[in-house]
Amino acid sequence: MNTQQLTAPMTDEQERSARASATLPVGRTGMAPGVVMDCRIKTLHYGNFLAVRDTDIPIVSNEITAFIGPSGCGKSTVLRSLNRMNDFVNGFRFTGSVHYRGQDIYAPQIDPVAVRRSIGMVFQQPNPFAMSIYKNVAFGLKLNNFKGDHAERVENALRGAALWDEVKDKLNTSGLSLSGGQQQRLCIARAIAVEPELLLMDEPCSALDPIATRRVEDLMLELKEKYTIAIVTHNLQQAQRVADRTAFLFVDTTAGGRTGYLIEYRPSAELFENPREERTKAYIRGEFS
Amino acid sequence: MAHTASNPHEVPSQKSSFHRSLGEPRTLVNTGLTVLAVALSLLAMFPLFSVLYMLLVKGAALLSPSLFSQLTPGAGMEGGGIGNAIVGTLVVVLVATALALPLGFMAAVYLAEYGGETKLATIVRFCGKVLTGLPSILAGVFAYAMVVVTTGSFSAFAGGAAMAILMVPTVMLTSESALRAVPSKMKMAAFGMGATRAQVVLRIVIPTATPGILTGVMLALARAMGETAPLLFTALFSDYWFEGKLLQPIASLSVLIYNFAGSPFEHQVALAWAASLVLVTIVLVLNIIAQVATRRPEEH
Repeated sequence: MNTQQLTAPMTDEQERSARASATLPVGRTGMAPGVVMDCRIKTLHYGNFLAVRDTDIPIVSNEITAFIGPSGCGKSTVLRSLNRMNDFVNGFRFTGSVHYRGQDIYAPQIDPVAVRRSIGMVFQQPNPFAMSIYKNVAFGLKLNNFKGDHAERVENALRGAALWDEVKDKLNTSGLSLSGGQQQRLCIARAIAVEPELLLMDEPCSALDPIATRRVEDLMLELKEKYTIAIVTHNLQQAQRVADRTAFLFVDTTAGGRTGYLIEYRPSAELFENPREERTKAYIRGEFS
Repeated sequence: MAHTASNPHEVPSQKSSFHRSLGEPRTLVNTGLTVLAVALSLLAMFPLFSVLYMLLVKGAALLSPSLFSQLTPGAGMEGGGIGNAIVGTLVVVLVATALALPLGFMAAVYLAEYGGETKLATIVRFCGKVLTGLPSILAGVFAYAMVVVTTGSFSAFAGGAAMAILMVPTVMLTSESALRAVPSKMKMAAFGMGATRAQVVLRIVIPTATPGILTGVMLALARAMGETAPLLFTALFSDYWFEGKLLQPIASLSVLIYNFAGSPFEHQVALAWAASLVLVTIVLVLNIIAQVATRRPEEH
């Protein structure tokens, strides 16, 4: 049943029921209610390099979960392991589990391509395809053999990404002709056109100016009504502004390497105003970055 | 100076002046090298322009509609044109492209997207580089043995096969670099949406690389088009129009030039000049198209 949902292109109806089921407790893995994705990383290696260890982050439905921490703490690595993008890195090895709607996406029978179709991703650098704005957004629909009205989905996605008014008269011009901020919103539109339940965003604002950043943040707050979002950010204010929960990761250099691990994961308000751990306090006070 | 005196913050004057001095050794060396570089660059362009000039002077006289519409004249005859040779060259080049493009392009897709640095890919790439330096007459010998001998006749197809051998490595190597130039962040975007490797290649990598691939094909075409040696004992020549039969000998501009340039009849020599002008013009146009196709105006 569940496997089918990951492999077959979803109809609207299937999608609604899938979304409804995600708010119910999922039996086998004992996930807490509301948890869409239960990430339990024991070890994550690149070759012989231990990049991340002991990081458990349950991601709750219709919330924004932020990953923060100093450079090299593995927050992007953790995010990319949630839709198996790390599979493209040579020597990637993983122990632990990542359960998405009750299925371990690292189980041997799982097709990573099917996983990525259900879990959208927005990258650090805006990366539109060298094709028209319309085709950029419709790309995922074509990929999924979406039978419905493409034009309508494209318009909705562009409206959802707060880009429609700026591009509605030039849908046939190249996506690469847009400004950086517009390109990033185009990439967000492209990701939400297929209505993924979970959207992963890897420092989506790092290449944007403050105004474009604010627009993307507002957008995230709107999107969480429909989607669940996990975001990596370097910007603590951004995490405070948008995230419901925040995970603080840190780098462990004691064993000679640089291994990231989770220090503390709590509702953002608590983490920022009343951190439990000394390291979190120090990081939030800006004592190191 | 009064100005200096009135400004207490002025830096005390230094011994060395900032004024340009032509007598200084480093200025002299600099100027000398610049002049040398410009002069050598101009010298490098000289052959191209002198050839073009010669062709215009000697070949332009015969330019007329009948040059393009009439058959090559026999020995000692006046009139006629080079129509059959122009058509023939285009046919041979078309056959060559039909053979070389799929082969070179598919090999490039393998090298860029699947082969990576594997042993097979390294060997294929090395062979491609060696083949680019293959003397064109050897391509002719090969096509003679493979096609002319087995089919029993000189033919347009044999000429196309010989040219294809010359084109494959260029098409392959330029297409590979065009495919590799597609930013990996674009590929990652497609993978991140759940595209399979084949979908990424077919829908993102190849469409994005198409201008670069076309450039490679154009350059390969332009180079092959002027070749005479591989056609001499494959396509041979024909004084008649191409009748849609690929297994018969066919005329070509390069072989026409070769035959007529050494002819004792003045009119044939004049036709060889005109044919040269036509051939060079076609090659130039192809090169210009290739240049324009590489430019991608939508990016900034």
